[in-house]
Amino acid sequence: MLNPSLKGKPVAVGGSAESRHGIILAKSQEAKRCGVKTGEALWEARQKCRDLIIIEPHFDEYMKYSEFAHEIYRRYTDLIEPFGLDECWLDVSASSAAFGDGERIAQEIRETVKFELGLTVSIGVSFNKIFAKLGSDIKKPDAVTCIGKEGFKEQIWTLPASDLLGVGRATTRKLENYGIFTIGQLAKTDLSFLRRVFGKCGEQLWVYANGLDASRVKPDGYSRIVKSVGHGITCVADLVNPDEVWKVFLQLSQDVSRRLKEQSLSAKGVQISVKDNQLISRQFQMILPLATQSAIELAKAAIELFNSNYKWNFDVRAVTVRAINLQEADSPSQLDLFNDWSKHDKQEKIDNAVMDIRRRFGKQAIFNCCLMQEKKIPHHKPEISVMPAPMFK
Amino acid sequence: MARKVYVDVILQQDKSGNTVPLSIRWEDGSVFEVDRVLYKCRAASLKVGGCGMRYTVRIMGKETYLFEDDGRWFVEAK
Repeated sequence: MLNPSLKGKPVAVGGSAESRHGIILAKSQEAKRCGVKTGEALWEARQKCRDLIIIEPHFDEYMKYSEFAHEIYRRYTDLIEPFGLDECWLDVSASSAAFGDGERIAQEIRETVKFELGLTVSIGVSFNKIFAKLGSDIKKPDAVTCIGKEGFKEQIWTLPASDLLGVGRATTRKLENYGIFTIGQLAKTDLSFLRRVFGKCGEQLWVYANGLDASRVKPDGYSRIVKSVGHGITCVADLVNPDEVWKVFLQLSQDVSRRLKEQSLSAKGVQISVKDNQLISRQFQMILPLATQSAIELAKAAIELFNSNYKWNFDVRAVTVRAINLQEADSPSQLDLFNDWSKHDKQEKIDNAVMDIRRRFGKQAIFNCCLMQEKKIPHHKPEISVMPAPMFK
Repeated sequence: MARKVYVDVILQQDKSGNTVPLSIRWEDGSVFEVDRVLYKCRAASLKVGGCGMRYTVRIMGKETYLFEDDGRWFVEAK
């Protein structure tokens, strides 16, 4: 789209190998035909397709075009629920009097996006969100697939169960162990059996497969209740001692702290995720004595968790700091008699002053001295605003 | 193959905010008057990539497209 000379060639978007994000992030249909898969290492992809053209991601362009597409959707409805940056559910039930039925609106959107943005889109039209998503994956690219109330069984029950939203690799394997391979087989399976094997999710999958999902499409601009605020990175080189881990925690905590303050939240707990260089992840969490927004307090809690739980069998590749058990920043807190809480207040004041300086003079205007040294953190990490999240009910 | 050429543009903007390109300056410095703006719509450039507000204009008797993308103007050059 930005470079028409790449049209018809096997092209993939790959992360930077130097920053150790060297995986395939997206690929063209031609690359897909060669067997290139999203998530595999760049060298693996090149082995499968020798002529593969790998281009760098342009996150800002991605965001820009995503917003343009949303502008087009808003012409038809205000019920738009994003699912990641490039997928959305639209409820056009109330717009049919003005624009025609779902299929007509879908065709119009497809043509408009192609004309105005030069992008092809695939759209699924159905009576519930699950089948709409399924439909959008059936025919690609530049196509509209309709799944109606009548005849959906013939149309989709023969498809593999893994095509259904919510059925990932692990669930597929488990279903196959019980001889469930298709959506139809899943739909006909005894509900109590699914509940026993998969718990609540099993029931949900059964509802999905039978076309009984009744979840709504959330209104445009709706924001979910924030349950945690976190920031994680894959380091440019393995972290080999606690000192290096501390610097990364401190850096990440500053971002978490800023976002907590922006949303007027404070954290009663801290959670960390640590991935070692064997790609094994572990998560640890703790409750804080007093709710905080302070970067240094979050970082101290994170390193305390790390030091008391991580065994250093392998060096550390990636870490995440997450503020959990969130509450309104101005909620009252119960103090005790045995700690000097004035220190906490002082720290909050320092943090606020630092944040104010950064707001006025930029992120680099003031920072901890230890962060001036080499800290194995990638230079630029864009913040992703909307990631695929649990559906609105 | 067509290529994307960013150009300097002299614009006229009325008090309602409507923008009309009056002339463009080519890479070599030559200036071309826009005789008439025929049509304006949001569109993608299929020849050189990118998208934006597309002005269908007549320059020296010939119809051509002039795109405005994020405040920058480009044409599809041969």
